Amino acid sequence: MSVNQVSVFLENKAGTLNKLTEVLAANNVNIRALSLAETSEFGIVRMLVNDVFEATNVLKENNFVATLTPVLAYAIEDKAGYLNNLLQNFSAAEVNIEYMYAFAGKERAYMIFRVNDTKRAESLLNSKGLKSLTQEEISAV
Amino acid sequence: MGNYFQEEIECAPLEKIRALQDELLPKQVRYVWENVPYYRKKMEEQGVTPDDIKSAADLHKLPFLSKADLKAAYPYGLLAVPLKDCVRIQSTSGTTGKRVIVFYTQEDLDLWEDCCARAICAAGGTNEDVCQVSYGYGLFTGGAGLDGGSHKVGCLTVPTSSGNTERQIMFIMDLQATILCCTPSYAAYIGETLKEMGYKPEDIPLKAGIFGAEAWSEEMRRDIEKTLGIKAYDIYGLTEISGPGVAFECSEQRGMHIQEDHFIAEIIDPNTGEVLPEGSQGELVFTSLDKKAFPLIRYRTRDICTLTREKCSCGRTHVRMTKPKGRSDDMLIIRGVNVFPSQIETVLMNNGYAANYQIIVGRVNNTDTFEVKVEMTPDMFTDNLGEVQARRKVLEDGLKAMLGIKAKVTLVAPKSIARSEGKAVRVIDTRKI
Ligand SMILES: [Zn+2]
Repeated sequence: MSVNQVSVFLENKAGTLNKLTEVLAANNVNIRALSLAETSEFGIVRMLVNDVFEATNVLKENNFVATLTPVLAYAIEDKAGYLNNLLQNFSAAEVNIEYMYAFAGKERAYMIFRVNDTKRAESLLNSKGLKSLTQEEISAV
Repeated sequence: MGNYFQEEIECAPLEKIRALQDELLPKQVRYVWENVPYYRKKMEEQGVTPDDIKSAADLHKLPFLSKADLKAAYPYGLLAVPLKDCVRIQSTSGTTGKRVIVFYTQEDLDLWEDCCARAICAAGGTNEDVCQVSYGYGLFTGGAGLDGGSHKVGCLTVPTSSGNTERQIMFIMDLQATILCCTPSYAAYIGETLKEMGYKPEDIPLKAGIFGAEAWSEEMRRDIEKTLGIKAYDIYGLTEISGPGVAFECSEQRGMHIQEDHFIAEIIDPNTGEVLPEGSQGELVFTSLDKKAFPLIRYRTRDICTLTREKCSCGRTHVRMTKPKGRSDDMLIIRGVNVFPSQIETVLMNNGYAANYQIIVGRVNNTDTFEVKVEMTPDMFTDNLGEVQARRKVLEDGLKAMLGIKAKVTLVAPKSIARSEGKAVRVIDTRKI
């Protein structure tokens, strides 16, 4: 199952990222993972949160443009070589990665992938024994 | 076939309109000569007296008035009646630094409100309608004019004035407003907000909108019509001449009928002042035929448009003006090129962005900098950085194609571009020229 990433448009000026975190904090939305892509003109925040519905609502109320993006999340051992193994499977399945980011949990590490054809990628990787995490599993991490 | 407020005038045969103008103009010129020393002096300088004006055909002999005259004559220099005969003023911020203050007698107000009532009828309004006036009330002519017109038609008038969008929407929905009067940018904003709140066009009771006081494009009209589920009508006017209602659209939505029983319109070459034949594009000039307190003759509007007498299917016979290409006041000269904000709006709408934008012009090392701030919309946003950049580039290319010069497009957060009194601040020009 793919999980919903919240992608948010940010103007590239001081304080906008902080305003985003402020809005989420004030509404008890917990950010599980976050990555920021930016150009000199604007940025895009990509994040996994514990409550997607609440996050998109409060962002919209506070005049942020946010959209939901399906991403694949995998848990791996937090040890040398495991990411390499995972990526070898992506290569073997010819899955193209648009971008990825990661976060480390207490026991395991979590890899988040944006691919161009999420459904196809998921089933190819599934056939190699890689099971992507569900929204509930990510929220519970 | 239509709904008229004053059918015998609005649909009068051309000969009848001409005969009326031939009768009124010489009288009005004499009246101004006798009561406005400022204009009399201009006439004397040009060597023309009221005796030279025998019919409307002699109009071209008279001197022009411009914004500069309004400034020079501020505040009472163009007033033709004693102040005790005036019952009201309206005012607009002038681009020349001085505010423009115009005066009205009770007759002048009646005339103005009649014109607005005609506009509301032309948009399908009757005494069955609930007409919400969301133009600013106060010194601005929008609120007062449409309010008076709405009364004359007999609509239930809801004087919300501009701003407080939630309250606007509450009145629209709770009182089932059928006609909305405001600036086009505010109409678009109300539409956006209703859409965000989950209202579909068919849930919205409005059927018509009368939008003016700002340049807007056909694309913006279609967009507003779609979001609100209405027919959107343009209305034209300027404070100096009385206010909105000097001209307005009918069901044809192809040009605005100028109220020729009260105003004569001419199109002139803005450089030479020469009167141009029908169908030519040029600067619009107005002469009021029967205003009492503030009767301007040959007032140069700085609006660029064309006039047509082609028969209109609505039945009205008064001449039609095209939507002004842009007020020459709004026109910017950037790197030597004429830029009208309405052109930028067209490109934005064609590319899926909202028509809320801001133009920022500056000067660095003797070269003009030209930036257009555009609000990001959910439709145009994706998580893909390259894609957002590509869409921004498409917009820049579109602007280049439309304007002939390059503009830098900056994407900004929704609702971050300031709107004052429902009228968006479109241009920030920091050049010191
Ligand atoms: Zn018509």
